[in-house]
Parts: sequence; C-alpha cells; structure tokens
Amino acid sequence: MTHHQPDLDTSPKVSDEIRKTTCYMCACRCGINVHLRDGKVSYIEGNRDHPVNRGVLCAKGSAGIMQINAPSRLRAPLRRVGPRGSGAFEEISWEEALQSVTDILAPIRKDSPDKLAFFTGRDQSQSFTSLFAQSFGTPNYAAHGGFCSVNMAAAGIYTMGGAFWEFGQPDWERTKLFMIFGVAEDHDSNPIKIGLGRLKERGAKVIGVNPIRSGYNAVADEWVGITPGTDGLFILSMIHCLLKAGKIDLDYLMRYTNAPILVNCDDKSPEGGLFLRDDDDKMMVLDKATGKPAPFDAPGVRADMAGTYRHAGATYRPVFQLLAERYLDDQYAPEAVAERCGIDADRIRRIAAELALTAFEEEIVVDQPWTDFRGVKLDKMIGRPVSFHAMRGISAHSNGFQTCRALHVLQILLGSVEVPGGFRFKPPYPKPVEAHPKPHSTVTRDGPLNGPHLGFVRGPDDLALKEDGSPARIDKAFTWENPMSAHGLMHMVISNAHAGDPYPVEALFMYMANMSWNSSMNSGEVMKMLTDKDDDGNYVIPNIIYSDAYASEMVAYADIVLPDTTYLERHDCISLLDRPICEAEAMADSIRWPVIEPDRDVRGFQSVLIDLGARLGLPAFVNEDGSQKYKDYADYMVNHERRPGVGPLAGFRGNGEGKGRGAPNPEQLERYIENGGFWIDHVPEAGLYYKPWNKDYQDWAVERGIYDAPQPYLFSLYVEPMRKFQLAAEGHGKRQPPDHLRDQIKTTLDPLPIWYPPFEESRVDTDEYDLHALTQRPMAMYHSWGSQNAWLRQIHGHNPLYVPGAVWKKHGFKEGDWARVSSANGSITVPVALMEGLNANTVWTWNAIGKRKGAWALDEDAPEANRGFLLNHLISELLPARGDGMRWSNSDPVTGQAAWFDLRVRIEKADAPSEAQPAFPALKSPVPKAPDELKVGEA
Amino acid sequence: MTLLPEKTDAKLGLVIDLDTCVGCHACVVSCKGWNTQGYGVPLSDQDPYGGDPSGTFLNRVHAYEVMRPDGQAQTTHFPKSCLHCEDAPCVTVCPTGASYKRQEDGIVLVNESACIGCGLCAWACPYGARELDQAAGVMKKCTLCVDRIYNDNLPEVDRVPSCVRTCPAGARHFGDLGDPDSDVSKLVEARGGIDLMPEQGTKPVNKYLPPRPKDQPLEEIDILAPLLEPVAEDARGFIGWLDKALEKL
Amino acid sequence: MHPAPSIIFFTVFSGLGFGLLAWLGLGLPDVTGWVAFVFFALAYLMAVGGLISSTFHLGNPQRALRAFTQWRTSWLSREGWLAVLSLLVMAVYGAGLVFLGERWTGLGILGSILSLATVYATSMIYGQLKTVPRWNAWTTPALFMVFAVGGGALMAGQVTAAIILLILLGGLQYIAWTTGDARFRDAGHTMETATGLGPVGKVRLLESPHSGGNYLLREMVHVVGRKHARKLRILSLTGLSILPVLLLLLLPAGHIVGLIAVILHLAGTLGARWLFFAEAEHVVGLYYGKR
Ligand SMILES: Nc1nc2c(c(=O)[nH]1)N[C@H]1C(S)=C(S)[C@@H](COP(=O)(O)OP(=O)(O)OC[C@H]3O[C@@H](n4cnc5c(=O)[nH]c(N)nc54)[C@H](O)[C@@H]3O)O[C@H]1N2
Ligand SMILES: Nc1nc2c(c(=O)[nH]1)N[C@H]1C(S)=C(S)[C@@H](COP(=O)(O)OP(=O)(O)OC[C@H]3O[C@@H](n4cnc5c(=O)[nH]c(N)nc54)[C@H](O)[C@@H]3O)O[C@H]1N2
Ligand code: SF4
Ligand code: SF4
Ligand code: SF4
Ligand code: SF4
Ligand code: SF4
Ligand SMILES: [Mo]
Repeated sequence: MTHHQPDLDTSPKVSDEIRKTTCYMCACRCGINVHLRDGKVSYIEGNRDHPVNRGVLCAKGSAGIMQINAPSRLRAPLRRVGPRGSGAFEEISWEEALQSVTDILAPIRKDSPDKLAFFTGRDQSQSFTSLFAQSFGTPNYAAHGGFCSVNMAAAGIYTMGGAFWEFGQPDWERTKLFMIFGVAEDHDSNPIKIGLGRLKERGAKVIGVNPIRSGYNAVADEWVGITPGTDGLFILSMIHCLLKAGKIDLDYLMRYTNAPILVNCDDKSPEGGLFLRDDDDKMMVLDKATGKPAPFDAPGVRADMAGTYRHAGATYRPVFQLLAERYLDDQYAPEAVAERCGIDADRIRRIAAELALTAFEEEIVVDQPWTDFRGVKLDKMIGRPVSFHAMRGISAHSNGFQTCRALHVLQILLGSVEVPGGFRFKPPYPKPVEAHPKPHSTVTRDGPLNGPHLGFVRGPDDLALKEDGSPARIDKAFTWENPMSAHGLMHMVISNAHAGDPYPVEALFMYMANMSWNSSMNSGEVMKMLTDKDDDGNYVIPNIIYSDAYASEMVAYADIVLPDTTYLERHDCISLLDRPICEAEAMADSIRWPVIEPDRDVRGFQSVLIDLGARLGLPAFVNEDGSQKYKDYADYMVNHERRPGVGPLAGFRGNGEGKGRGAPNPEQLERYIENGGFWIDHVPEAGLYYKPWNKDYQDWAVERGIYDAPQPYLFSLYVEPMRKFQLAAEGHGKRQPPDHLRDQIKTTLDPLPIWYPPFEESRVDTDEYDLHALTQRPMAMYHSWGSQNAWLRQIHGHNPLYVPGAVWKKHGFKEGDWARVSSANGSITVPVALMEGLNANTVWTWNAIGKRKGAWALDEDAPEANRGFLLNHLISELLPARGDGMRWSNSDPVTGQAAWFDLRVRIEKADAPSEAQPAFPALKSPVPKAPDELKVGEA
Repeated sequence: MTLLPEKTDAKLGLVIDLDTCVGCHACVVSCKGWNTQGYGVPLSDQDPYGGDPSGTFLNRVHAYEVMRPDGQAQTTHFPKSCLHCEDAPCVTVCPTGASYKRQEDGIVLVNESACIGCGLCAWACPYGARELDQAAGVMKKCTLCVDRIYNDNLPEVDRVPSCVRTCPAGARHFGDLGDPDSDVSKLVEARGGIDLMPEQGTKPVNKYLPPRPKDQPLEEIDILAPLLEPVAEDARGFIGWLDKALEKL
Repeated sequence: MHPAPSIIFFTVFSGLGFGLLAWLGLGLPDVTGWVAFVFFALAYLMAVGGLISSTFHLGNPQRALRAFTQWRTSWLSREGWLAVLSLLVMAVYGAGLVFLGERWTGLGILGSILSLATVYATSMIYGQLKTVPRWNAWTTPALFMVFAVGGGALMAGQVTAAIILLILLGGLQYIAWTTGDARFRDAGHTMETATGLGPVGKVRLLESPHSGGNYLLREMVHVVGRKHARKLRILSLTGLSILPVLLLLLLPAGHIVGLIAVILHLAGTLGARWLFFAEAEHVVGLYYGKR
C-alpha cells in the first residue's frame, strides 16, 4: 500500500522585507534581521554577519515582537494629576510636556545648575546624555555603572587599561582552560554563549566559580561552589601557590608590567610607597648592568627584579618583591583559606597547578612577527592558553574592587593578558588610566561644567570636593568615602537628595531606570523618599522628570513622563565613544533606525533631549545664532564631532571611505543601513595581540581615531594612585580625609590586592544571619522589562527562593512551602524551592521577577505581583549603625560600587500568606487593559 | 494518513547536546516566533497578561538536578520538542489522518485542516511533544521547521530549523540521522548519543548527547603535584631563585 | 490524566447504552412494542448521548466525520465505525421489535456483537496507550466490557446475570486498581530513563520549563492525594458493585429496587471512572517531576 500524505508548500514566502538593525531587548547589542509583513514586524532573527551575535539570538531578542506589541507601552506624554506614587496621570501634548520641563530646568541652570540631578540607566547613549549634562552645567550626572559593576570596570582600567564586562573577551578560539567567576549571564551574553560552545567543541576545560550551579556553571566541567565574598582569598591563595612554585611568566612581567618598577620603601616618607621617577616623571627600574636606576623604557636596560637600591636614606625595591613577599605569606596558603572559602585546600592547589600546567606546559606559539613599543622586533607571539572572565559575582561585594584586582594580577602573573589563548581587549581598549579623563565638577552659573563628569582619579587632588571639602556631587562620588568611583553612585542619588546631604536638589531627571523598584536597594524606603513632603507640604524632592517607554513602577513616581519609543522605532547609536560592538580583532559600531514607525504619540528620548537642549540654549545644542543645532538624534549621530573628524559613528566617514576619522558624511546612516546596521574594520594581523605594547596596533588605533597618539603603557600590578590616598590617610599632603575615614582608606586602598570580609559580615551577627542571599539574572528576562512580554513572562512569571539541601532539611521545608527571610534591614515572605547544587550557606532567587501590582499593564492577580518577589527590600543602601553611631554606605570603599551580594539573611518556615510580602497598594495604570488572548502572526 | 510509512527516505531530526546547553530558552522563543507566523495557525496565548498566562510552545527547556553517587549535584538544562519517532504512536492513534509521518524525510506533522482536536495523539506521545492550541482547537507540534529547511526563499545557510539557527551555545544540531555519514550521525556516534525513554519503543530520531563527566577527581594529581614544587623555602630563598630565573631569560 | 467530565460521561453512558443494547440484541428481556421502545430509547439515549458528549472534548467537532477515515490504525476511528454500525443494525432490529413485533434473532446477535465490539474499541483507546501504564493492560478492556454487560444486565432487568456480573466487576475493579498501582513502576519508566541522565545519577526537577501552566500539565498531569483516592475507591466499589448486589440479593426484585440498584451502580461507576482518569499517570509527568 502506498503512503498518502498531503502536498505541502515547503517554500512559502517568508516576509515582504527584512530590515537590519540592533537589538535592544538587553544591552548586548546583537544584530537583528527584522522581517516585515504588511508593514508589521512578523519575525526577528539574528544577523549572521554581525560581529556580536553572528546570527544567533537569545530568548529576549526573539521575543522582541512582543515588546513592540506590549500593552504596557506608554502612548503620550503624561502629567501627574494625583499624589506621587498613585499612578494617576493625564495625557498631555508634547509641546506642553517640553514647555513644562523647560520651565523647571531653565531657572535651575541660571542660578545653580547643580540643583539638577540627571541620571540614566542602562541606555547606550551615555556619551550623548553626559554631553547634555555637561552642557547644562550640573556635576550631577552618571549612568547606572555605580550600582552595576564599576568594581570590575575600575579594577580593570587601573590594573590593565581595560576590563572584562563587554570590553574584552577570552581568546575563545585558542584558550584551553577557561575560568569564569560569578557570572550568571552578563552583558556580553550571546558572545559568552557562543564562546562556551566553541570551547566545548574543542574540548577545552571550563571551571565555573560560583555559589550556584546553574547556566554557565551547569555546563562547566568543574564547579567550584565558593562561599560568597571570598573569591579574593581563593585567588590570592592560587597566587601564593604559583609564586611559591615559581610558576609565573617572568619575561612577561619584566617587559609589560610594573613588576620591575622601584618603590620607595621608606614608611615614614611622604613618598613612601610611590615609584622612583626621574625628572621626566619616568618610572625607574634597577638596571642590571649598572646597578643604577634607569627609566623603564630606556633602550638596552635590563631590569634587575631581584635587587634593591638605596638612595638618600631610603630603600627602593621592585614592585615584584613587595608582591612576592606579601603573597608568599602563609596567611594565603590553601590550608589557611580553605574553610573560609568553602573549597578544599587540595582543590585550590590542584586548580592552581592546572593553571600552571596549561599556561606553561601547553604554551602556544603563533608565527606572527610584531614590533613592541620599545622598537624591539619579535618574530613570534607566545600564548598562555588560560583565560578568565568574571562579573558581578565578584564585583558586587564591598571587597569587590580588590577581588577584581586580585584576579587581574593572577592573569598577569600567568602572562595571559593580550596573548594568544588568553584574555584580549576589544577596541577602544586597551586604554591606560592616563588616557582617560579625570572627573570634573566645577559649576558655573548659567554655564557648562568644566569638563566631563566621570573619570579616573590619580590621587587626592582629583577628588570631586568643593573648597570646603564637602562633596561636589549629589551622589558623593569621588570623595573620601569612595575615591575611585569612576561610574558615580546612582544608588545613592535618591537617598542623598532626600536627606539634602550634601545638598538638596530642585529636580531629579531620570532616564530608563526603574528606581522605585528593582534597581534600588531598599525599594520600599525609596518609594517613601520619593513621596515624602516637607513641613510646608511640598515634596522633599520637588520635581521628578522621567523618561520611560513602558508603564514601569518608576513612572508612577514622576511628575512629568516623557514617553520613549521602542527600540525598533528610533535612531540609536552604539558608539565607540560609549559601549560599542567591537571584537578583539576588530573595531565596530552600529546603529538602530526606525524599522517601523511608532503608532503612538511618542518620541525618541535622545531627540527630545536635543529639543530640550535647544530650548534651554545649552551651548552644545545651539548654533551661534541660538538656533537649534541638531534636528534630531539622527542628525546628531551624523554631524556631531567630539574631536575634529571623530564623531559618534566611526564608519563611512567623509566620502564614505573614512574609517574612524573623517568629516561628517550626510550619507552615513544610509551606508550603515545598507551594511546591515553596523560597520566593522579589522585590526591588522600583526596587531592582534599584545595591543598595549604593540606598535602595529597602536599605529592602527591612532589612524582610526581611537587615540590621537600611541599610548603604550605598563600593566599595574601595583596601583600607585591608590597609595596616594593611603598617604593622605597617613597624614601626608594638603588634602586630608576626615578622621573617621582614615583607617578605612589605609586598609582598603592598598596598592596591592588584599582581601577583607565583606562589610555587612562585620556589622551584623553572622550567627543570627547565617546565610548569604544572592540574585541571578535569568537568561530569558531582562530586569523588569521582560514581564510585560507575553512570551517571556510565561517562562519566568514568578520566582522561588532556592534553598540548599541541608538548610531545607533543617527547617523541614516541603515543596510548596513559604519562608520568612529576614535581614538586618527587613523581612520578606516568599515561596521556597530546593536546590542541591548550591553553596551550603547560600540562598538565591532570580532577579527582578517580582512586580508591583498595577505596573506593566499586567492584571492585578499576575503571578509576578503575588508570588514573585524582590530581594531588594532586604538590602539597604546604608549598613547597620556601627559603634560610632554612623551608618556607612553599603558600597565598596574604593569605588562606591553597591554591595548587593554582601547580604546576610536568616530564614524560617512561614505560613503561606495570600501574597508575597511585603505587598504594596496597586498602582493606577497609565495604559488601557491588556487583551485576554493573543494570536500573533495570524494571517 | 496514520499508517506509518514502512521506511522513510531520510530521518531528519535534531541532536541536542546536554553538555553544552546553558538553558537560555533562546530556542524556545525562536521556535515560537517562527512557528506562530509560519506553518499552520498561530501559536496562541491565553490570559497573556493575566494571572494564569499560558500558551502553545513547540519546544520547552526543563532544568534538572542530578544527584551523583558521590553526593554532588549536577544541573542539566534539557530542551525538548518532538523527537520525530520512527514508530510514532501519536500518528497511529490519530482517527482523522491529520497526523502523519512524511515518507521523504520522516518528519511527523499534523495536517491542521483535518485535525478534530481530539487530543489522543498528545496522550499517545510519551514526551509531551504535542500541545493542543486552545484558540484554534488543533494539535500543534514541532514541524522540524519544514517550511524553512527546504525553503527556496531562504538563503541556503538558513535552511535549518529556527531553534538550531538561534542557539547561542551551538547545542542544537540538525541533519539526517538515517545517514551514518552525516555530521549529526557522527556526532551521535562520537559522543554516545542516547534515546529518551527507549522502553516506550518509539525509536526517536532525535538524539541527546549526555553531559560529559564533571568534577572528575583528576588522576593527573600526580602530574600536577610536581608543578607546585616550591622553588624556595622562604622569601630570601625566593629572591635567590628569582635572580637565577631572571638570568636565564 | 485530567478527569474531563465530558469524557467520563461519554465512557460511562455509552458503555451502559451499548451494554443494554447487547442484552436487547439477545432478546433479554424479550420485549416488543411500547416496552421495547422504552428500552431501546433508553439505550440509544445513553449510547448516543455519550458519543455526543465525547465531541465536547474536541477542538474542532465540525470535522468529526473525518474521524471515520483511519480505522486501519486508530481505535478511536474503529470505535466510530463500530458505534455507527451497531446503532444502525440495532435500529433495524429495534424497529422490528417495536413496530412489527418481530424479533430477527440473527440481526440481534449481530447487533449485540457489534455493541460489545464498540465497547471494546472504546476501551482500547485507553488500553493501547503505553504512555499510561495503568491503562495499558488487559484489565482495561476487561473492565470496560464487564462494566457494559454488568450495567446493561442491571438495566435490562437480568437479575441473576447482573448479580454475577457485578460481583465479577467488583473483583475485576479491585484487581485493576491493585495491579494498576504497580504498573507504572513495573513498566520501568523513571525520570532517569525519561531524561537519559540515569548514568549520571538520580534525577529531580529543578525548574519547570515555564512558570506558567500548559496544556500538557492540565491535560495529563493530574495528581490525586493517596488518601483521597482510597476513600473514593471504597465508595465507588461499594456503589458500583457491593450495594447493588446486596440489594438484589436481599430485597425482592421490583422496579423500585432495580432503579435504586441502577442509580447506585451508576454513581459508583462514575466515581470509578473519575478515578480511572484521575489516577492514571502519564509518563510525561516524569519530565515535570510529577510522579
Ligand atoms: N537585588 C538586586 N537588585 C539589583 C541587581 C541585582 O543583581 N540584585 N542588579 C542591579 C543592576 S546591575 C542593574 S543594572 C539594575 C537594573 O535596573 P534598572 O536599570 O532599573 O533596569 P530595568 O528594570 O531594566 O529598568 C529600566 C527602565 O527602563 C525602561 N525602559 C526599557 N526600554 C526603554 C527604552 O527604550 N526607553 C526608555 N526611556 N526606557 C526604557 C524600563 O521600562 C524600565 O522602567 O538593577 C540593579 N538591581
Ligand atoms: N538576560 C539578562 N541579561 C542581562 C541582564 C538581565 O537582567 N537579564 N542584566 C544585564 C546587567 S545590567 C548586568 S550588570 C549583567 C550582569 O551579569 P552577571 O554578572 O552575570 O550578573 P548576575 O546575574 O548578578 O550574576 C552574578 C553571579 O555571581 C554569582 N555570585 C554572587 N556572589 C558571588 C561571589 O561572592 N563569588 C562568586 N564567584 N560568584 C558570586 C551569582 O551566583 C551569579 O551567578 O547582566 C546583563 N545581562
Ligand atoms: S543578548 Fe538577546 S536581548 Fe540582548 S541584544 Fe542580544 S539578542 Fe537582544
Ligand atoms: S538555545 Fe541552545 S543553549 Fe539555549 S536552551 Fe536552547 S538548546 Fe539550550
Ligand atoms: S515525540 Fe511524540 S509527537 Fe513526536 S513523533 Fe514521537 S510520539 Fe509523536
Ligand atoms: S488531535 Fe488532531 S492530530 Fe491529534 S489525534 Fe486528534 S485528530 Fe489526530
Ligand atoms: S525544529 Fe522548528 S518547530 Fe521544531 S523545535 Fe525547532 S524551531 Fe520549533
Ligand atoms: Mo547592571
């Protein structure tokens, strides 16, 4: 009998048109092909040619169609008509909205520009928004980096002129042993997954260091379930083992790092701990041949790292000796740290040995001649195929900066940075501290700020302090509390503004940050601060202006809401001035463009800022005759120049051939669109590795406008600027810290990595609060935005608290149980679930699944608002009071990074409440009710 | 036609690498995105913004914890869609002939215009690979993206299932498992690919590559130990070693 | 499995209806004219009502006719054919009895056989499913058949036969339950075989694929508490077998007693049928850690 089957059209038409742009379901910046049918988005897939995602797409990216269909999209500008926080708004016209904002901002700029606090979330236009703030004249600008992962960024820049984050990558094609610390997802999420896939294909080994065995750690060949906050100790212990065995790359250390630089070892001297420098300020090494100091880069000098030098009563020793002395100490022996880290001593030793084995016995050699910055010609590139990546798991602790530093020092000792098989920077990195701006905070009435807000301090002189020594910035960035706060401290803005400390503000202007909910510590308290009134019945924070695209929790706390477009409806610029899409072997940038037109009365926020800038007459936004300088953001992207010939977009400049440099090209955006929405230019072969010291790379980078002159530099095992803060704390120099901070600075700003217990541990009773509590990014959800997406919310509609086996047993938990979880700051009552692959002292949950009732156009009985919860209620931006009655910031003392993961809790079984606790009253929704059924793609 | 073909010309299917899958759900959503606008009626969602959202998905990713005999727990992310079984019980139970297995490539499909939505095929499938769409009342299942893999309107490289094209980790492979020389067959051979619930006798075409052994106590400890042999006993000794080592550079 | 009322109703009433028809086809009771009409009307009401009820379960009932096409492989299709055939044959046979007072014995026997075959086909819709080990055994067709003939006997007033068959039914039901309890385990399906992760170790669900519900869970993963099930089993068994048998044995036969016996039997059967579905575990539950 023959088989009957229907005839099938296996070649149906796929769509009418494909438009290529950049995804923004998260900040990873993947390239997407947007299929349109009858003018509507029908399907989204990855762009195969795109350097970031090479065709793949994550769950969020594929769900983009549901974001642009989301009922939560704001439809028109809103003016608050009820009390703040109620969600009662009326829709107004753009003209009214822009006029109202101008009416608030114009007088501020005239009298006291610092009375505006302008902070943005995870947008990708920080070079643009900061230009607005700078031109406005307020020092109070930053993006979200301070609560995100500034420890990672700053430690990377100060140590090696580049960071992990999305600014560098392992040499996925060559590495043989990859260690990943504290990463659940990261910004570079698709590239990491592509990379892990490649490692698996090649049979390279992956070691995951993480208290929780999920995601990347689930596929790791070995899982190290470390106790939170102790990575620094674990890493320093491996350094101990490697040093002891002499398994370090001495040649690399000599050539490319400050290991041989002479340090003044006179404790009493105001120069103590600083480098020996010549009259040209060149760092000095001990010349083996002469026994005398010589500039580190003088031709023919061979540094003697084993010697010492005495001069004028002081002893000078190379950095490397100080480093060896410190870490050879038995306090870093595996046995000494094992219990604290929750890792067997044998295991620590074994992993250290594996690192040594792979780095030195499996060395790779690439036959590629290159020239170093000293002019030395080398005929090959030596690779150490061990690589590392880390993110917030190590950085979101109060000892995070030093832990990140420790990891970089380990990488450098192994000689595995910027070598084949190791970790590689993506342009515009490497870029030494010296090539970065310093912070600027000088305010002029009715005038712009004296320079860019954020930067990298080199010592106390660069702090953002007023003449009276008080903080110049509302977030107290670049002060003695956290001198190297390179990204600002967004998490402190609302509480400082509320407290009027260091000064009150007139207007809070925020963009794309859900500060009344998941991006704040202590969300309940923040809501109170935002709605608090003074004795006269006025809001303590007088004006709140906010731009969001959706009906988020934060919208309810604004006075004026500027509704943004969604990402397929606007121009954006993923610029080299910001967070571009470069790869280690190429520089690249990309755009977003309106692949569909908005069907609502919304405007791209950047274009709105351009309009506001012109209304306010800000110098960067008006022509000499006072007329508006840029028509809109697209116009800015093409015509703005940072330096002559260098603008937001590097590709197709001038006549269309300009790479990195060239006059504005009116056709530029069309060229990007033709090219799939991005532009890429490859680093020459000889410049692919050793970038910080590679003449071929440096010359190419200058040509491309990345630098204006070559910027070779040495890696900093020892960070001299940190020592300058210590010296101040020891009483040297004119600028002095307040006494209560002296000890903290002396201990925590150590120029060589140290480990100290996370602060919260020393302030709360760890017997009572016996567990660590963490959050992780779910791969299929982006913070709060995912829940409005009908497809994604089916995957993560609520979140349990995962509890390790022993704790589960101890409390007699059963499936479906609830628990009360308490910290020194408060308590929550939430559902629990069992997880065995979990550090025995740790509980955790998915981040930002819990939602406020009434937000995001979800029904009030949505699981997100009834079973879903946030840990944020347990975390405070201030630590519990100390003996001295002071409440210290819950931040890293070096950078001010929010210490989310220091949290300690206790847990007990609780009766199931009717909904997760705490519960807040429902917000009135600014958008109409959502539909009951969806049939997406119906013909 | 619910008689199974005696033999299919090819056995197209997926190979899923459990050692590599990070559980990102990319394949889940990509599948939904392609198929809701592709073959057959849309994959509907009920109560999409409400208290009990649910919808039709052709591919879902579970997460399991496996307790090893050594007391350690291992996490495995586990994507699952139709396995295009050779002896597909879902096909033979179908009263209408809506369910069928294609002669040319072995893909198991539902002809939606013939489906009465009785649900019996879903009952017959051991793997939970069929879902009755609540809006259209017809049975939905993985089509192996039959409207992609032969589609002349797509560039050749894109003629693979949507989930395979999108998987960031490269944990999903597509090919002819009936051809022993295909890449997928070789992969299955090399990695010891397995069938799910073989005792059901369905003879799945899709194969799963088991996770590689993890956290292995290294026998190489002997190789590794000498690597950490101290070069000196104390700091002074270390400087001495350093001096000598630098000489050698 | 989800105990859908439409399906419970369908299997119970069509079973009873065809069971009654089977008796009528044999001329038990030997009725004609109006009395025959009442018996036949009752049987058709139950059989056809049950069948109609089963279409409530369909996503696209308007295409139901297509279900007749795949009789070569599908028990559901076969059931459709058999049901239609037996109803047709029995209609002619019944017409003879009612309108002509004629009993065409051969046709009646054919109708009986077809009716029983219909019940068998219904039972095999469930009995064939390897995915539901509790059903996938001889007990399923046996039970369905004895239910049909036992309940049919009761309705047909065949007291002695009813007593014997209901006792048999009680025993069979007991065996079905007790052997059924072990069948999932004996079939060897575990989370380890479901996931293939057995060689690594013992498997448990860490996270469901979606936090939201889905069709599979609603349809195939229904968990009844053990205690609850035990209570229901006792009640059902008492209703479907013990009480009717006692009633028939202890009280003099009569319409009232018969009616009470039928009602008790029906209630017990509905309970047992609810359990038949609710207690049936589909192997897909293993993927969701539900077993
Ligand atoms: N407990 C805990 N809390 C945390 C963290 C943690 O690990 N644990 N992580 C912290 C970190 S690192 C971060 S970065 C923050 C993130 O927290 P947020 O920066 O607050 O992130 P989202 O929740 O994504 O909110 C951003 C807002 O941007 C809006 N938005 C989205 N798209 C657009 C758009 O196109 N235009 C405009 N104008 N608005 C848009 C969204 O609607 C939302 O209201 O959370 C922090 N909070
Ligand atoms: N899908 C998705 N992608 C995102 C985001 C998102 O919301 N969703 N958010 C984006 C943002 S804003 C950011 S900042 C990045 C952050 O990306 P990640 O750095 O991956 O952020 P987290 O999810 O907070 O993951 C922190 C990890 O560190 C672990 N951890 C916590 N404490 C310790 C510790 O002491 N030691 C070690 N070794 N590990 C520890 C936690 O278990 C967790 O796995 O992700 C970005 N990408
Ligand atoms: S990682 Fe996903 S959401 Fe983020 S940009 Fe890429 S595809 Fe979009
Ligand atoms: S896309 Fe790939 S890695 Fe992600 S869940 Fe699916 S199979 Fe796993
Ligand atoms: S996996 Fe299920 S639906 Fe797919 S062919 Fe096998 S039995 Fe049928
Ligand atoms: S639901 Fe449709 S495909 Fe499945 S058995 Fe019934 S008729 Fe066939
Ligand atoms: S092959 Fe196509 S239909 Fe099947 S799971 Fe993958 S994307 Fe979905
Ligand atoms: Mo972040």
